[in-house]
Amino acid sequence: MPYDLGIPGQLTLALAPDLVLLGGAMALMLVAAWGPESAARQRTVGIGALVLCVAVLAMVIAVAIRQPSAANGVIAVDGFRWAADALFLLAAIIAIALSIDYNPREGILAGEAHVLTLFATGGMMLMAAARDLMVLFLGIELMSIAVYAMVGLNRRSPRAAEGSLKYFLLGAFATAFLLYGIALVYGATGSTNLAEIGERIAALGLSRSPMLLVGIALLLVGFGFKLAAAPFHMWAPDVYEGAPTPISGFMAAGVKAAAFAAFLRVWLEAFPGVYTEWHKAVWWLAATTMVVGNIIALQQKNLKRMLAYSSIGHTGFILVALAAGTPQAATAFLFYLFAYTLATMGAFAVIIAVGQSGGSGDRIEDFHGLWHSNPGLAVAMMVFMLALLGFPVFGGMGFFAKWYVLQAALQAPAPQTRLAIILVITSTISAGYYVWVVMVMFMKQRATDALRIPPMPAMTRWVVTASVALILFFGVYPEPLVRLARASTAVGIAPVDGGPASTAALQGQ
Amino acid sequence: MMVPEALALSAVLFCIGVVGVLTRRNAIIIFMCVELMLNAVNLSFVAFSRLYGMTGQVFVVFVMTVAAAEAAVGLAIIISIFRHRQTVDLTNINLLKG
Amino acid sequence: MPNFFYELHFYLFGLFAIASALTFVTRKSPVAAALWLVSTMFSLAALYVMMDAHFIGAIQVLVYAGAIMVVFLFVVMLLNLGHPDELSDLRGKWGRLAAGLLGLAILAQVMALSRTRPEASLVQSDFDRLAELRGENAVAAIAKPLFSDHLLAFELTSVLLLVAIVGAVVIGKRRAST
Repeated sequence: MPYDLGIPGQLTLALAPDLVLLGGAMALMLVAAWGPESAARQRTVGIGALVLCVAVLAMVIAVAIRQPSAANGVIAVDGFRWAADALFLLAAIIAIALSIDYNPREGILAGEAHVLTLFATGGMMLMAAARDLMVLFLGIELMSIAVYAMVGLNRRSPRAAEGSLKYFLLGAFATAFLLYGIALVYGATGSTNLAEIGERIAALGLSRSPMLLVGIALLLVGFGFKLAAAPFHMWAPDVYEGAPTPISGFMAAGVKAAAFAAFLRVWLEAFPGVYTEWHKAVWWLAATTMVVGNIIALQQKNLKRMLAYSSIGHTGFILVALAAGTPQAATAFLFYLFAYTLATMGAFAVIIAVGQSGGSGDRIEDFHGLWHSNPGLAVAMMVFMLALLGFPVFGGMGFFAKWYVLQAALQAPAPQTRLAIILVITSTISAGYYVWVVMVMFMKQRATDALRIPPMPAMTRWVVTASVALILFFGVYPEPLVRLARASTAVGIAPVDGGPASTAALQGQ
Repeated sequence: MMVPEALALSAVLFCIGVVGVLTRRNAIIIFMCVELMLNAVNLSFVAFSRLYGMTGQVFVVFVMTVAAAEAAVGLAIIISIFRHRQTVDLTNINLLKG
Repeated sequence: MPNFFYELHFYLFGLFAIASALTFVTRKSPVAAALWLVSTMFSLAALYVMMDAHFIGAIQVLVYAGAIMVVFLFVVMLLNLGHPDELSDLRGKWGRLAAGLLGLAILAQVMALSRTRPEASLVQSDFDRLAELRGENAVAAIAKPLFSDHLLAFELTSVLLLVAIVGAVVIGKRRAST
């Protein structure tokens, strides 16, 4: 039975997982604030946050199986939302599990760190659910404000303070653009509801309205900043380097995925009528992002910075799927985000493990000859690097992720051949830095004065092992995940004719 | 109803805010320029609310809430960087290099 | 014939807002800048009242100019940043060039906007608006949609403020004494 979102009780039911998460986060905040900061309390709150995330994940899966639906309202109730939620929760679980061991080591004793991660995840879930520009805006801000604070968590580190200042100033700047875009779209169509905007653009023939087009351009700038798409990417390397490492991973995976989910929904639901106009802009954004990210990554000596540029490159690859704009592309998009989340967060987990020796663990020298001292870590890092590269078999599902995006780009009714060519070329370039890390680990000698890396704490070990296992498993046997992604976009995204997604996109057939 | 005039004024103020963010180096002043941009957007919302009803004004209330929340976190971040660097000038803050 | 007196005041406050904003971005001292920004906000509040958004005009003064800007000034004073630096606060040649280009791009946007006429079919007639405003007081007119149609968004702002408080406390707290 579809929910009637006009009734508060039904709205509450439709938002149940989000509300449980936010409510649980508030309860944990009380636990964190109950006494003085201590490593033990930090751990308690962290484990509570993990349990909460797993519970909400189970809840999301349970709800998704029932396949509820809703007519037009402020939030969407569809498969795409549940799939995106699962992705954010996965990123949050990994980030919290890594933080529990990482934070005390770096002198971050505030249990609020995990609470902020939960709130940011709640904001992401609202972004994926929002079908109203007002709710979308508040979701973005909820996520952003929590993440601004998370970057600056380490009060002793000047780098963290600086990264958080940069992220905050550019984030607030981007928010203003996003908001102006929302205002102009509202001014052109008289509505903040995505579905209504789409209908009005089609019914009133607004696709040539300058106000609407300027509004869409400003929205694109705002989203470009949040996605770290070139030329709006300059903050990413500094912020990823300054932030606590688990949070860097959370930003590279979760924040990016949330921005993408909101971007996809707004674009396919509200602006299908202006496809030809925005397609060009997204095309250029994708092309520049792929080229800039992958080429600058080649010059990086610091692994966190390299991963930041690599994540910019991946933003470009995912934008290719968006430019294709078909249901197949939406499936590829979800699959890609899943593979990318596992591989990126796994790589950050390895950096954390290497950093246990006392150094920062993010210099390339720290990885010299890792195979000789810690073969397990070296193999895990190899899998993550090859997965990010999209190497067959050893790169696991990374290969299929790229393959599906390519396929979607080429088989779209309006084939994105040139984008596909750029994707292949830049992927080849990316081998230059991914394979280099692998070579350094296996072929170089460990420096004689290198500090011994102690065995990983239990949580970090679990994260690394599980990520490697999942990447390899889905690399051999991607079918179940593809079927899931297809199912959630089939409920969410209707098949479309003629390339541009139709007005029915995302809201069931 | 003066709506086009209000929209033009809003665009001009937004533009001044953008130029301010790009040309200034003092973190607090940059943040204030962002506040100016948000104010410009609010003017647009109020102008649109003359055409389409109260939604625009409701949006302004939310924008002000968000601005207050951003100010709280942003100023805390600025204070924390001042503790480390004794300055809020962005040119003197360059531990992290591109 | 539109009300000349009304238009005169509209342009007066509009020009004052632009003048204050220009003065604001060119001031070296953060304190002077903040005060000029407050002056821009006051002009905007006057415009809001002229555009029938009385409640928004009031909270613009009370919350924006009165509370948020005071926090800014408080931080400026706390960090003792009131003195303008010896160096110019402006960025180099490239910064100014980029800013100029962006300024031009947004000027183009103003042109685009001024050519747009709102879709007549979407606009509520003046009669409806006036009835809406006369029938209720200014607060009720905004409270009704805020607590009915936009209830979810309203509830979200409570979480947002909570997160801001937690974030500010976590960052701003003194360093752990270890």
